[in-house]
Amino acid sequence: MSAVVFARHAMTPAERLRDAGWVAFVGLILGVPLIGLTTVDVGGRLGVETRFGLLAAFVAAAFAGRLALRWGIDHMRNRKLAREQASTTTAAQRAHGAQRLVNIVGWVALGASIALPIVYSDNRYVVDTATTVLIYVMLGWGLNVVVGLAGLLDLGYVAFYAVGAYSYALLSTQYGWGFWEALPVSGALAASFGILLGYPILRLRGDYLAIVTLGFGEIIRVILVNWTEFSGGPNGISSIPRPSFFGLEFTRRPAEGEQTFAGFFGLDFSAMHRLIFLYYLILVLALLTHVFVSRLRKLPVGRAWEALREDEIACQAMGMNTTNIKLSAFAIGAMLGGFAGVFFAARQGFISPESFTFTESAIILAIVVLGGMGSQMGVVLAATLLVLIPEFGRNFSEYRMLLFGAAMVLIMVWKPGGLLSHREPTVRLQATGAAASDKEGAR
Amino acid sequence: MMLTMEGVHAHYGHIHALRGIDIEVQVGEVVTLIGANGAGKSTLMMSLFGSPKASAGRIVFDGEDITRVPTHEIARRGIALVPEGRRIFPRMTVIENLQMGTAHADPANYAADTARVFAMFPILEERKSQRAGTLSGGEQQMLAIGRALMSRPKLLLLDEPSLGLAPIYIRKVFQIIRELNRDHGMTILLVEQNANQALRVADRGYVLQHGEITLAGTGAELLASSEVRAAYLEGGHA
Repeated sequence: MSAVVFARHAMTPAERLRDAGWVAFVGLILGVPLIGLTTVDVGGRLGVETRFGLLAAFVAAAFAGRLALRWGIDHMRNRKLAREQASTTTAAQRAHGAQRLVNIVGWVALGASIALPIVYSDNRYVVDTATTVLIYVMLGWGLNVVVGLAGLLDLGYVAFYAVGAYSYALLSTQYGWGFWEALPVSGALAASFGILLGYPILRLRGDYLAIVTLGFGEIIRVILVNWTEFSGGPNGISSIPRPSFFGLEFTRRPAEGEQTFAGFFGLDFSAMHRLIFLYYLILVLALLTHVFVSRLRKLPVGRAWEALREDEIACQAMGMNTTNIKLSAFAIGAMLGGFAGVFFAARQGFISPESFTFTESAIILAIVVLGGMGSQMGVVLAATLLVLIPEFGRNFSEYRMLLFGAAMVLIMVWKPGGLLSHREPTVRLQATGAAASDKEGAR
Repeated sequence: MMLTMEGVHAHYGHIHALRGIDIEVQVGEVVTLIGANGAGKSTLMMSLFGSPKASAGRIVFDGEDITRVPTHEIARRGIALVPEGRRIFPRMTVIENLQMGTAHADPANYAADTARVFAMFPILEERKSQRAGTLSGGEQQMLAIGRALMSRPKLLLLDEPSLGLAPIYIRKVFQIIRELNRDHGMTILLVEQNANQALRVADRGYVLQHGEITLAGTGAELLASSEVRAAYLEGGHA
């Protein structure tokens, strides 16, 4: 028995030159019609002009770029190899260390997120953006249950976000419900939509599942656009009441017989109070989501989700009821999306079907995938990146989505398993495994 | 009687995979089912497990008709399947895999069952915190068998347990089958392509061809039968 091994050796300089030469040649062939020739208006007729100078520059750039890229790749690989050979630590130890680091980063991030509105208490833009990040973190954690843990590819997650948002909007504007009353009801409603979606697709997997969920997301959006009497159609629903701080409104003047937040605490009125309150509200909601999902993961249902992701047939052979496992994942994921939707409606004060397009689903899914499927901290990292990159990109105006796309491609090239792809086991073995690695670490 | 299948038919879409299967497995027996690729061996195992459901006929397990019982319910009644290709949960650790085997079992037995499986497969104890996907093929097969045993089944179904394993592990698998049957009184239904070894461990065996049972007898009888020798032993892998 012999195995064929494809060793990816580093290139010699001559090979690199030849490789770059080929790329430049392809560039030349493509470049002649694209760059080398251009049409000009010659007295009302179309004429052709050549731009070989520009073409030469283009080919030279392709050559140099390819050379630099190859060199960079080889350089990185050598360094990685050297590092791997130099380090004598075991994979288990590294994973353990990585997990500790992630935990530390997590606590630091929590501290930073609590301090953020205090530091930036007069910067509306920062607090607003941070709130958006947290909404996506919460959505990411919700979808993580469905995609990351249970392995069910859901391209229509935004539907549950919409259900939550519209439930709160309608309950509050039509029936005068408050935020806290509407929150659980909207969550339950979103969960039942999750089950509704779950039933017909129990037998589907992979691509087919993705297509049906995509359709479901669109159905909800199309209904919201067209059922004008119910949802206000494309005009959406406006003047949705904002949440109050235990009955204290964030308004300049108190309503009849009530107090405002600023008045109660003897502060000068500031529009920032409400923004900061909203920020802390979503922070608390997100943290509750995190605790909830982390707990679930260690319970039999959470492990069943992961087992389902790994192998459905084996799950059945183990006597697991895959129907219930799938439906519970859909329901819980949908409920969390619904909560995020309620918050979104309350924060915006206005919602329309525009906010619930497929692009949103795609971004939430991208957060889960880029973060590393199933990783809670990865979601935070990815959500932060995906919200902040377009924000920083504002200076680049029309190139901003290009930047966004390029960043996503780079992350996937650099870390194919997502930013944090390490999976934390749900069972910690204290007796032998941890003690042994500690001992090794002490040496 | 542990298990009887009477005139069982099964379909995959339009494919008529099983055409009137009659087999029985008595308490404490090892029964082997041999047959070529595509004869319907795995279909037989899976239809026993309710996936696909038998389109005609009756399956009785431990005195109860389970023909229409949902798959997960069948597992709860005491049948454990070691599926073809092992199908362990690769990203979960060894110990988590074993835990998944007890999804429907009494949690009180968990410690004792784990100890029992570790005693049988010491390699699993050594690797208990390791991701199951990083185990070798043979170790994964041990894990798949260990996982099935965690639920304390009355009947153990093994679907091609020697498939794709190194010779040393093939021997080990058959040794385990013997031990389980002899020392623990486990009733086993074994599906194999490795006819020689499989018939040696079997009390009785069946030959499956094109969805029908064409031969039945004791392991020794089948080993000696000229048809079996011609079709599965000589010229094939023995």
